[in-house]
Amino acid sequence: MTETVLILGGGQAGAQAVLSLRQQGFAGRLVLVGSEPFLPYQRPPLSKAFLSGALPRERLLIKPEAFYRQADVECILDTPAVSLDAAERQLTLADDRQLGFDQLLLATGGRPRQLQCPGADHPRLHYLRTLDDVERLREHFLPGARLVVIGAGYIGLEAAAVAVKQGLKVQVLEAAPRVLARVTGAQVSEFFAGVHAEAGVEIHCNTGVVGIDGDPDTARVHTATGDVMEADLVLAGIGLLPNVELAEAAGIACDNGILVDDLARSSAPGVLAAGDCSNHPSVIYGRRLRLESVHNAIEQAKAAAATIAGKPRPYNQVPWFWSDQYDLKLQTAGLLEGHDRALVRGDPQSRSFAVFYLRDNRLLAVDAINRPAEFIAARTLIPAGGQLDPARLTDENVAPQQFA
Amino acid sequence: MIKVTYIEFNGTERTVEVEEGVSLMEAAVNNLVPGIDGDCGGMCACATCHVHVEAEWLDKLAPMEEQEDAMLNLAEGRDGSSRLTCQIQATPELDGIRVRTPIGQH
Repeated sequence: MTETVLILGGGQAGAQAVLSLRQQGFAGRLVLVGSEPFLPYQRPPLSKAFLSGALPRERLLIKPEAFYRQADVECILDTPAVSLDAAERQLTLADDRQLGFDQLLLATGGRPRQLQCPGADHPRLHYLRTLDDVERLREHFLPGARLVVIGAGYIGLEAAAVAVKQGLKVQVLEAAPRVLARVTGAQVSEFFAGVHAEAGVEIHCNTGVVGIDGDPDTARVHTATGDVMEADLVLAGIGLLPNVELAEAAGIACDNGILVDDLARSSAPGVLAAGDCSNHPSVIYGRRLRLESVHNAIEQAKAAAATIAGKPRPYNQVPWFWSDQYDLKLQTAGLLEGHDRALVRGDPQSRSFAVFYLRDNRLLAVDAINRPAEFIAARTLIPAGGQLDPARLTDENVAPQQFA
Repeated sequence: MIKVTYIEFNGTERTVEVEEGVSLMEAAVNNLVPGIDGDCGGMCACATCHVHVEAEWLDKLAPMEEQEDAMLNLAEGRDGSSRLTCQIQATPELDGIRVRTPIGQH
């Protein structure tokens, strides 16, 4: 009997799993189920080049339609799954279809965390995760429009950068004391706050949102500090929630994501998980991680495919991330939690510098702003785990390849 | 349309027609050319679209930026002909260009 592998989730991890399974020689039946009406597409440009209109929709696809035909993949799009019977190995879709499987990869991703305040159903309030989200947002994303961004994370700041360049009036509200507080250190936060201010974005930190009202065409955003901001458009980028409900209801262990081992296997035999929805053990950091990144989606999906194909290859990589804002490319390698020192290499004024996050002189993470060589070096130095000489890291006469 | 020929390490050649302005990475992915992944979607961030450009075409390419140069250090078998295809846009001057995909990407 032919083996059936189902991939639930038509995002970056789902697309990669399809590709990797066929590359690994899996010859059985392969079904990709996605809840959106599109073949897997790239999400990173949604808050960048696609939002600005520089990249047309057709160029977002991760692989062309022909690829799925050639790889003999059954694609079921626009159809969420509603329940999973892990013991019987059966998945039920929203159209009542039942799909049996031998192995299932959950690549269900995440959804934007929703505002919980009164008025969170205002028609001009948007989130940014899917192609449809952006198309709706773009209807009012016009020069002169007033945009209030709630949350100064990657999504909020990337959108703010695109918006101000296109002539929108942009205000950003952040509940934390600094921008990008969840993902970077104080130096990089300060730098990006400065860059946005210079570009004409008004940033208000320590400013939570308590409610939204106003007529359907104008949102009035009320802040915790008592201000009211009128907006034609409100974008909330306040984090992602992993889509774990299906797994949880099926009795699969979840704790901030679907718990998997380093081979991407969940607690249910025959069920694996990869990407934003999963939570995996990291040998490098000695703890469990749930990552929201393209790199994690791709590499964990490769590991899952290897496990399914019977050629297991543990997943253990240094996480990395990037963000494009204006002329700046921020590349982050590693995770900075637990650092006891942050060393700046180069002058932030020059818009090209790196920050090294160390604990006991071992490298935990690097933020590199227009500094690719430092970023590349860090991806080797972090897993190597050796002690580094702080003086060399900040000495511009020492090339990044010579840090160790 | 600009003709681009991708040559696999085993000598298999594939010529595809590319619209001006599209990168050689995107063209490869869209035409199912093996050996060019483009994991990061063309952000010059992953080095999975490394090729060796045949000598006569090297000088016709726009010079490498710092980002590409740094990323190429991640690619296996980098040499003087190495480029990342996500950073090469198809232009009329490149009509007929030939690039070889490295064995490590297959």
